[in-house]
Amino acid sequence: MSASANFLGFFYFLREVGLPVSMTEWLTLMEALARGHGKADLSTFYRLSRALLIKREGQFDRFDQAFGAYFKDIETTFELDDELYQWLENPVLPRELSDEEVAALESYDLDTLREMFEERLKEQTERHDGGNRWVGTGGTSPFGHGGKNPAGVRVGGKGGGRSAMQIVGERRYRNLRSDRVLDTRQMGAALRKLKRLARHQGPLELDLDETIDQTASNGGEIDLVFRPERHNKVKLLLLMDVGGTMDPHADLCERLFSAAHAATHFKAFKSYYFHNCVYDKLYTDMAQFKGVPTDDILKEVDNTWTLIVVGDAWMSPYELTHVGGAIQYSYRNAKPGIRQLMELAERIPKNAWLNPEGPRIWHAQSIAMIRRVFPMFELTLEGITEAVDHLRGAKVVEPLSGIDAIREYTASR
Amino acid sequence: MTAPQFTGTQNYLASPDLQDAVNVAIALERPLLIKGEPGTGKTRLAEAIAETLDTELLSWNVKSTTKAQDGLYVYDTVARLNDARFSDKDISDISQYIKLGALGQALKADKRVVLLIDEIDKADMEFPNDLLHELDRMRFFVSETGEEVVAKHRPVVLITSNNEKELPDAFLRRCVFHFIAFPDEAQMKDIVEVHHPKLDQELLDQVMKRFYWLRSLPEIRKRPSTSELVDWISALLRSGMEPSVLEEELPFLGVLLKREKDLDAARNPPPRRRYN
Repeated sequence: MSASANFLGFFYFLREVGLPVSMTEWLTLMEALARGHGKADLSTFYRLSRALLIKREGQFDRFDQAFGAYFKDIETTFELDDELYQWLENPVLPRELSDEEVAALESYDLDTLREMFEERLKEQTERHDGGNRWVGTGGTSPFGHGGKNPAGVRVGGKGGGRSAMQIVGERRYRNLRSDRVLDTRQMGAALRKLKRLARHQGPLELDLDETIDQTASNGGEIDLVFRPERHNKVKLLLLMDVGGTMDPHADLCERLFSAAHAATHFKAFKSYYFHNCVYDKLYTDMAQFKGVPTDDILKEVDNTWTLIVVGDAWMSPYELTHVGGAIQYSYRNAKPGIRQLMELAERIPKNAWLNPEGPRIWHAQSIAMIRRVFPMFELTLEGITEAVDHLRGAKVVEPLSGIDAIREYTASR
Repeated sequence: MTAPQFTGTQNYLASPDLQDAVNVAIALERPLLIKGEPGTGKTRLAEAIAETLDTELLSWNVKSTTKAQDGLYVYDTVARLNDARFSDKDISDISQYIKLGALGQALKADKRVVLLIDEIDKADMEFPNDLLHELDRMRFFVSETGEEVVAKHRPVVLITSNNEKELPDAFLRRCVFHFIAFPDEAQMKDIVEVHHPKLDQELLDQVMKRFYWLRSLPEIRKRPSTSELVDWISALLRSGMEPSVLEEELPFLGVLLKREKDLDAARNPPPRRRYN
């Protein structure tokens, strides 16, 4: 009997719950099982499958839950070599529970559950699948642990060492969970192109080509030539719109943010938040309105910096054009928002606006206005790449014409 | 299975998870990727594995400027250029100017060795991908001499990462992965026992209490690690201090905390968190 047929259901289940297990990794696990690893008990199998299938600690929590859901109830009789192999030959996948079923399960309290469980164990003489009373796979019995029945009683647990269900049930890796790691790397890779290498003061390295040239013209007498190492000189100011209409895009923005943060190749990196539009203050903590005057930040940056603004630019036009137009009721801005944006753009000419909303709505009044100040790109991998090309000067995109009209308009106020 | 199983060593305690991960990586001949907080013994694991397998450990400490090629070999052009000025050496033999890196040496070794690629995340983002080919096929080509080095024994490859950068998926797929969680109090006591056998129980309890309290302070940015705890206990033992002193003060705090701000935070903990 081949091992791979038995556990394939688990593979599909992991992918179903969003764990990107590849076929290569799955086959590696099969190979390990065939070599006799992880056969001893469910705990060993748990450790083995986690080491081979899951490569980011941020996904451990989800894996624990998935493992608990898939293998719940098995532990009482677990002998991987015979029982589990046979049992799982036709794996019974946990079926989707309706809200009603979930509610019914949640209504049990723990003590009742424990009593019921003890009774059930006395009654149980054979394996049972898919029912609602017996301990078995794929059922709605509240026994088992984790997964779809948060109020369930853990089944099994051997004397001595800790059982797999205990471990997965503890959800030790909850803090490490981060659902946004998946695309952070791709974004990081796109941002990475921003890097501009330049040689200036610093530790020296040997310039081999020059050394050979010099040595040759020296008649073979070695003349070592050194030059400073290359360093990245990009300084990035990242401003992000949060809250309100940006909420649906929070996840995407967080990914960009962590990508930029994780990028260690910037010479300097500053990031601030704003709500809808940049006014007199930029925030380090939006929830608590902790912030820094925008003018102070402008003093710290200059035209050697790069500015990336992330926002949907979607607001009522008066939030851009009016003194006191800011959407926060308690806050009165002294300068019209669009003027503040223009000052930013003038201070840092290397700039780009990334919009999580697609170009479909870019004709909206507030967006069109901001596009006259900043060249706008969509917040997608493609858009970021275009923006980076623009910022590097490889393929410059001009803002829409008509900035003078806005300048006159705001000057008159 | 005839190969010796890794169960930790006298000086290195390995959890069952870690033992399984090491053994399966050795059996499947896959690189073992180890992540975890600094000071959780990632590097020392390599020494322990080499000890178990009774073989040599080759270390490759990755830096931000490290290229994949450096691990295979470096062609020392300058030395050859230099030798060209004198007639006492035969510079036509290029192979004497090929210096093998740690990976190159591991592949060329006459027996199975342990190769540690330490802190892979320090290098450029594409570095891990550049290594894939050699790690998969366990062979490389020295273009200067036309020689191909093929591993006679696939080395046991251990890779550590401090999570400074995300590693590429293609690379991750090929690895066995283990995350070393920071030891809990019970595990930590076992670890301390290895370094300080027969430690006074009262001192141990006090030290543990204070150590985990320090680690729980959110103000502390660089949290003290296992090795710092072990050093701290050494310092306390040498001073012959009474364990009860720890209830009142934290002597030799500089051994545990290295940043000025962290020291301040520990000396004047904010009122909302009270010791015990």
